[in-house]
Amino acid sequence: MATALRETIKNITFKHLKKFKGQVFGQNLTGVGWVAGTLPELYEKDGVIELPLADVANGGMVTGSALVGRRPFYIIRYQGYNWLNCIFIANYACKSKEIWDKPAPMFIRGLSNEGGLGPVSTSSHISIFYKMPGIKIFSPMSNKEYLKIYKKFMQEDEVFYISEHRKSYENKLEFKNTIKKALDIILMPISVTRFEAEKAKNHLNKLGYRVGIIHLFELKPFVLKKKWINAIKKSKYGVLMTDNDYVDGILRTLAHKINEKTDQTVNVMGLKDKSAGYTVKTSNFPPSALDIINKVRVIISKKRRKKKNG
Amino acid sequence: MTFKKASLCRHFENEVYKRVQEKKINFPVYLSAGQEYVPSSIAQLVHNKKIKPMLFGQHRGHSIYLSFGGDVTQLIDELLGMKSGCTRGMGGSLSISSKKINMFGHEGLMGSNACMGVGACFSSSKPTIVFLGDASVEEDYVLASLSWAAKKELPILFVVEDNNYAVLTKKEDRRDWKAKDVAKAFKLDSYDTQDNPENIFKILKKNIFKKPIFINVHTKRLYWHAGAGEDEKVFGDRLGKEMKYLGKRAVEIDNKIKNRIKKLWQQRLEKL
Ligand SMILES: Cc1ncc(C[n+]2csc(CCOP(=O)(O)OP(=O)(O)O)c2C)c(N)n1
Repeated sequence: MATALRETIKNITFKHLKKFKGQVFGQNLTGVGWVAGTLPELYEKDGVIELPLADVANGGMVTGSALVGRRPFYIIRYQGYNWLNCIFIANYACKSKEIWDKPAPMFIRGLSNEGGLGPVSTSSHISIFYKMPGIKIFSPMSNKEYLKIYKKFMQEDEVFYISEHRKSYENKLEFKNTIKKALDIILMPISVTRFEAEKAKNHLNKLGYRVGIIHLFELKPFVLKKKWINAIKKSKYGVLMTDNDYVDGILRTLAHKINEKTDQTVNVMGLKDKSAGYTVKTSNFPPSALDIINKVRVIISKKRRKKKNG
Repeated sequence: MTFKKASLCRHFENEVYKRVQEKKINFPVYLSAGQEYVPSSIAQLVHNKKIKPMLFGQHRGHSIYLSFGGDVTQLIDELLGMKSGCTRGMGGSLSISSKKINMFGHEGLMGSNACMGVGACFSSSKPTIVFLGDASVEEDYVLASLSWAAKKELPILFVVEDNNYAVLTKKEDRRDWKAKDVAKAFKLDSYDTQDNPENIFKILKKNIFKKPIFINVHTKRLYWHAGAGEDEKVFGDRLGKEMKYLGKRAVEIDNKIKNRIKKLWQQRLEKL
């Protein structure tokens, strides 16, 4: 029976602690369901370290741990806390290898949610890390992807940011790109929107559209594979990217990169440009399958009309 | 021995001062002249105990580097932007580092080194020294780091080089508390003293690295916050006092060091 991603993360963490004498830092780890069941039930003597509620200092303290080679895991239970935690990671850990020839390899696990938990906690907030040099960013949603990234982390000495999503922890399936045929449009979803994008793609294909999909989880460095470029170039209406972060961040940056390489229109859908909160009025969800379906239809019909008229 | 270290630091800084004025160094430098007895005394004590701690300083780090045995030529080269510098010409004055003496670089966010130092100490259990300024110690994350160090009973020493200034803002205009009292509230062994080496030895001799200690040392910065210049004349700096106290022999040693440093600078400048 296939394992859920939750178990895979737990197993990786266990191995990291026991075999490699690593450390896991974070707040409220040992309570609240052991980080949604992704953390083995271990304590300080095993290397699982409860940090105080001092997010800014904590980011620096974990950087210190990384500097002495403990390859710490750093769990940020809600990515909204990235705002405080990123300061010394982005400004020290990420620069340390380049400036001081002193790597600070750490594996940051940032958990994101869907919808609200107050104006900062919700969703992905990786754009604030994204612009800084010296960081690698991934958003794995499946077992194979997660294992690949952990393996890579252990082979390198870099700062890794893993943008997780709580909704993926149940996932047992692997994702497949579909770009073989000539396509109308290609979806390029990130994070939790990958699940919805899959649904949207299947539905649209049933309706007669030719929709492909390229799943993105290696976000920085961002490498556009040659076969992806070819498929995008050949597509009739370009690309629709979706994400669980605000559009005016990583999403538009990646869209621009894709556009530069392919000369195709790249549309984006992420969180709306409004404050997210913990009420019905302030909820700000990532695009659903229905949103994606509607957007694809609008893109295609607009372009068709334009072509007809012009 | 402490005097030798302090004298080395002073003459090094005086040479840097000249080079900045001559525009041989064209990026911000942070001179520690006047304050050198703080790192020199601690370095001497640590040396006597044959301990090689991890060092986390901040922007004003030349005297820390030199006191703890950093190579002089490599620091000159660093300030001249050469590849042979202690940080491969990547650190300048603000971000010097040295693997040889376990000195970590600073990125320029005041007080961040307290966090990094505490984390490194926690994860390695190695003796660690964090050098802060009297302003940096006001940063919230520094206070959080003190608290964690106390809670975990780390083998760490926090040293505040208290020159009374944040750039040119006096302590009395910034806060109504003493760093020592706040550290004590976190349950650290905590002290407030002048930069007299005897005082520093006495306070630290017994328990250094046996438990977390916080020491606020009052000292005087002779030159501008950054670059080469003087805000106002500073009287009675520690090196002068010690030289007077130690007498003729100290003057001789001081002169010798002065000439050696001057020569070294000249030699390295010729390499440019
Ligand atoms: C986080 C942060 N805030 C403000 C500054 C600007 N700044 C640079 S040096 C300095 C004064 C630091 O004073 P202190 O810690 O006492 O050290 P000193 O310069 O006296 O050695 C300030 C405010 C900074 N570099 N980093």
